Amino acid sequence: MNTKKNVDYAAVPDVRGHFGPYGGRFVSETLMYALDELQSIYERVKNDPDFQKEFDQDLAHYVGRPSPLYFAERLTKKVGGAQIYLKREDLNHTGAHKVNNTIGQALLAKYTGKKRVIAETGAGQHGVASATVAARLGLECVVYMGAEDVQRQALNVYRMKLLGATVVPVESGSRTLKDAMNEAMRDWVTNVDDTFYIIGTVAGPHPYPQLVRDFQCVIGREARQQCQDMTGRLPDALVACVGGGSNAIGLFHPFLQDESVAMYGVEAGGYGVETGKHAAPLNDGIPGVLHGNRTYLMEDENGQIIETHSVSAGLDYPGVGPEHSWLKDIGRVNYVAINDDEAMDAFRNLTRVEGIMPALESSHAVAYAEKLAREMDKDDIIVVNLSGRGDKDILTVAKIDGIEV
Amino acid sequence: MSQENRISTRLAALKAANKKALVSYIVVGDPRPEVSLAAMHTLVENGTDIIELGIPFSDPMAEGPVIQKGHERALSHNVSLRSTLATVVEFRKQDNETPIVVMGYTNPIERMGYSDFAKTASAAGVDGVITVDLPPEELENFNAELKANNMHNIFLLAPTSSNARIEKICAVASGFLYYVSLKGVTGAGHLDVDSVKEKVAEIRQHSALPVLVGFGIKNAETARAVGELAEGVVVGSVLVSAMGEHADATTEVICEQIKNHVASIRSGLDSIE
Repeated sequence: MNTKKNVDYAAVPDVRGHFGPYGGRFVSETLMYALDELQSIYERVKNDPDFQKEFDQDLAHYVGRPSPLYFAERLTKKVGGAQIYLKREDLNHTGAHKVNNTIGQALLAKYTGKKRVIAETGAGQHGVASATVAARLGLECVVYMGAEDVQRQALNVYRMKLLGATVVPVESGSRTLKDAMNEAMRDWVTNVDDTFYIIGTVAGPHPYPQLVRDFQCVIGREARQQCQDMTGRLPDALVACVGGGSNAIGLFHPFLQDESVAMYGVEAGGYGVETGKHAAPLNDGIPGVLHGNRTYLMEDENGQIIETHSVSAGLDYPGVGPEHSWLKDIGRVNYVAINDDEAMDAFRNLTRVEGIMPALESSHAVAYAEKLAREMDKDDIIVVNLSGRGDKDILTVAKIDGIEV
Repeated sequence: MSQENRISTRLAALKAANKKALVSYIVVGDPRPEVSLAAMHTLVENGTDIIELGIPFSDPMAEGPVIQKGHERALSHNVSLRSTLATVVEFRKQDNETPIVVMGYTNPIERMGYSDFAKTASAAGVDGVITVDLPPEELENFNAELKANNMHNIFLLAPTSSNARIEKICAVASGFLYYVSLKGVTGAGHLDVDSVKEKVAEIRQHSALPVLVGFGIKNAETARAVGELAEGVVVGSVLVSAMGEHADATTEVICEQIKNHVASIRSGLDSIE
C-alpha cells in the first residue's frame, strides 16, 4: 500500500497556495487584487464560529445533510468481494456534491457584498448548484458552459434557466469545461468589482483549491464517522471519480492521516488511456500551468492544451486540482482510469441491482470499486463516493442505446 | 544590463526626440504563417517602434474574442512557440533594429523550459517577454534566465493593482511597464482617460521605467488621448480584427489593411505637442 509517513496534510497548501510544486496563483494582474481580497475574507471567516454555524445549518436544513452512508448489499453480493458502501451525495439538494461548495462560496459572496455571481460548469451540476444558491440569496447569476456540454446536458441547462440564471454557451476552443472556465475568467476580469466567481472544483488560482476542499471535506468527515458507527472501524479503501477532483478531495482529505486507508482516484479513461482520447491527466499527462495553477495537464509537445474525451461531461477536463497532483507524486493516492464502456456498464448495473441511478461521473468510481472489490477480502470495506445522481444523463444514455426520448 | 537591448535603446531615442512609442501587436501565424513576416515589416514601415508578437496558445484567458480568434487561426496552422521564434530569426535577416517583444502564456514557455526558451529567444533576436499569467510571486528562475540572455521581463499593471503590488512588480520589471488601461480582456470596453492619468502618476512614484498604455487604443484619437499621459501606446485588437476580416485575402491586401490602421495611429501620436 502506498502511504506516506510524517506528512502533515493540514500544512498544505502553504500561504501562497502551493501543494509541493503544484497550485499557486498564475493569473493576469487584474485578478490579483480580487484573489487577495477573497483570501483575506476566507482567512477571516474560516475560523469564525458564526460563519461555520451558518454553513453547517445551511448544509443541514437546505442541502439535507448528513447524506447517508449506504451498504450496497446486493451489489456487494453480485460483485463477490469486499463490502461496498456508497456515500450518497446524490441525495443532496440539487442532486450532487457540488452544492456543498456553492453554499460555502455563496456565504463568502454575501460577506463580500457582491451582487453578481458567475460560474463555469461541465455537466451542469455546479451550474445548477450555483444558480440554486443565487436564487436563494437573490443574486444575479451567469453560468458559462461549453456549447458541446449545453447540448449533451440539456436538462441541466433548462434547470438553470428555471432558477433564473443566464446560461452562456461557449463556442471557443473545444467547447467544453476548460473553455467555459476561460470565459468565466474573462468575465471576472471585466466585472471584478461587483462579481464573485464561484469556481466549482478544487482547481484554479489560490485560494480556490483550498477553500473548495474545505467546503467539500464535510463528505469525508461524515463518511469517517458513519463508517465507524456502522462497522466499528475505518474503511480499507476509498474510491471517488476525479475530473477537477472536488468530490474526491472532499472524501479523501479527512482520511489522509489514516495510513490503513487506501485511496483510489478514478479518472475518465474515455476510449482507453492507450488511445490518447481520454481525460486522465494524472495517468497520462505532465505538469504545466493552466487556469491559474500548476498541475498535471493534457498537452502536446508545444505546451498547447489538447482536447479531452469522456462520455461524462463533468470529467471532460484536461487538468486536475493541484492537491491531487501532489498526492499522486507523494504516493498517498492511487490514480487509475475507467473507460467510457466500463462506466456505462457500472451505470446500468447499479441502476438495476440497487435501484440507484448514478451520474456518469460517479459511475466511473462505481466501476473501479467493482474491480477493486473482487481483488479484496469479503471482510474488507470500500467506501465509494456516489457524487451525483444520473437523471441528468438519461438523454446521453438513451442516445448511446439508440433510443429517442 | 551589460549589453545594449533594442527596447531600451529605442525608448531612450524616442524620449530624446520627444516622440511617443507605438507598440503594435499581431499574433504570429495569423491568419496564415506566410503573412507574418510581411506584416511585421509593414508595421515597421508605417511607424511602429516596437513589435509585439503574440505566441499562439490554446487557452488565451486574457484575450477578448478578436484576439482569441487570431490565436485559433494561427493554431489551425500549427504555429506555436518554436515557430514564433523561427519567424523572429527570419525577420532579423532584414531588420536588426526594431525591438521585438513576445507575449504569451506560461505553459508553452514552461514546456520548452525557461533556460532553453531564454537562450533560443535571445539568439533569435527577441528583446523582451510578456508572460500574462506569470506574476512576480511565481517567477522562480525565469527573470534570471531572461537577464542572463539580455532580455527584459515586461509586466502588466492593472487598474486594480494596489500600491504594494505596483511596488512588487516594479522591483522585478525591466524595459518598460505595460499599463492595462481598463478592467477587462483585450479589445474590450471604453477608455477612461482620467483614471489612466491618475494611475500612471501612481506608477511613476515607484519606477523610472517608461510606461506604455494598452487595451482600448483603437484609432488616432484614442492613441492621442492616451499617448499624452505616457511614453506611448500598445495597439492590438484593431490590427488582429482587420487581419481576421481579410483572412482569406492575399498577403498584400492584409498588409494594406494594417498599414492604414498603424499609419493613422502613428499620426495621432505624432500630433501630440
